Amino acid sequence: MKGNSEPIIEVSGICKFFGAFQALNNVSFSVADGEKVVIIGPSGSGKSTVLRSINRLETIDRGRIVVHGMDVNDPETDICNVREEVGMVFQSFNLFPHKTVLENLMLAQLVVRRRNRTEAENVSMELLRKVGIEEKANSYPARLSGGQQQRVAIARSLAMNPKAILFDEPTSALDPEMIGEVLDVMKTLAREGMTMVVVTHEMGFAREVADRILFMDHGKVIEEGVPEHFFTDPSHERTKLFLSQIL
Amino acid sequence: MQDNSSLQKTIDIGEGAAIPLKSDKGLFTAWRIAFFGAIATCLYLAFFRPDEYMAIFRFIPDGIIVTFKVTVGSIILALIVGLIAGLGRISSNRLINGAASLYVEVIRGIPLLVQLFYIYYALGRFVKIPDMASAIIAMAICYGAYLGEVFRAGIQSIPKGQMEAALSLGMSRFQAMRHVILPQAFKVILPPVGNEFIALLKDSSLVSILAVSDLLRRGREYASETFSYFETYTVIALVYLILTLFFSKLIGIMEERLNEGK
Repeated sequence: MKGNSEPIIEVSGICKFFGAFQALNNVSFSVADGEKVVIIGPSGSGKSTVLRSINRLETIDRGRIVVHGMDVNDPETDICNVREEVGMVFQSFNLFPHKTVLENLMLAQLVVRRRNRTEAENVSMELLRKVGIEEKANSYPARLSGGQQQRVAIARSLAMNPKAILFDEPTSALDPEMIGEVLDVMKTLAREGMTMVVVTHEMGFAREVADRILFMDHGKVIEEGVPEHFFTDPSHERTKLFLSQIL
Repeated sequence: MQDNSSLQKTIDIGEGAAIPLKSDKGLFTAWRIAFFGAIATCLYLAFFRPDEYMAIFRFIPDGIIVTFKVTVGSIILALIVGLIAGLGRISSNRLINGAASLYVEVIRGIPLLVQLFYIYYALGRFVKIPDMASAIIAMAICYGAYLGEVFRAGIQSIPKGQMEAALSLGMSRFQAMRHVILPQAFKVILPPVGNEFIALLKDSSLVSILAVSDLLRRGREYASETFSYFETYTVIALVYLILTLFFSKLIGIMEERLNEGK
């Protein structure tokens, strides 16, 4: 673990309003190179909003987010550069239904990274092998199970060689029997040293993989700590209540 | 949960002819009766009533070609205008959005015939272009507004997650539109575009008011020389019907192919 180098993601004092509703209230944290941070909390607590702010799928109203030295909300920053470095995996997979699995992986390599076709194809096939789905390379996403689709989605974001990957409830849309295969891929990535920020309800995964856990409620980070401490001896009442409900 | 198979939504905007799909038995039968009936009637008139009708059939083919040119020219231009208007209508830039919305609102609020006159004579005042070209431009400006709404609806029917996924891979908005959103939207909008095409084919008869010798105008010219109004307009109506039904069938087939390919 190279936990103490320069942070890859630095979130400082961000606030976000949806109309009068305050979705984020002064959220700060940082993610070091190779670190795995898991964000948990009840629904509506702002965890997905935080994640989506990091690559500016949501804009923030106050505060600052710096990714790999780039100020995400600075008008001078080309947001595409930030997004090239930070992959994202969505709850609903969001594969491109008009393209085959292989084409899904190749598209951004071709148009964003400007790789040639052979190289893009080689990278793609290697990643499909890695997530155990190479035999589906020429299928369309609709022919795949949810678990397979999500593994393709992970491979698609890996194809850009990102510095970090954001996971927005990657297993919440899956049937129970498919959750394991996706978590396994994520665990492999974690072992290989990928920097990850994961919003999830999978407490087993959080406990096993996280270097640090953030607990959010009502748009605030209530508690932050290593898993052992977090699960066995949380300091806040709200955290205790949440854990007692979920475990 | 969101499922990719529910991605294909249909948008229902019908101004053209009813599209005869195999699944709609009644309409399918009606289409056959109308189409083959119209052809049979034409053949009957040409061969059993040649004195009155043969000359009409000889006179109007030039008009069919002009009608076809106006229709195809207008739909191509209208698709370009419509794509721009549709993209403008979903733009977050208030100026672009405002301009596109204003265009759509204004055009849709004025009868096509009035627009044709207006654009035709307005164009004629400032530039000298052939009658056919100004008719095509006028039709395209009008239909661009309707197609703009089709494009807007088609683009908006693509789930938001598609754009987000494309952007999060580092694509620009333009790249995401081009490689991810529009290819999917085209599938959705093909049926309503086909519908607009047929509506345009029918509305192209309005250009006969201008100095364009389309099918209807050829008919009028013939009738005013021979005073055989009833016979001429019978033929004109039958020919329009055959054209419209032919294209609605073609679009129906394309639509069914598309559904199979899902």
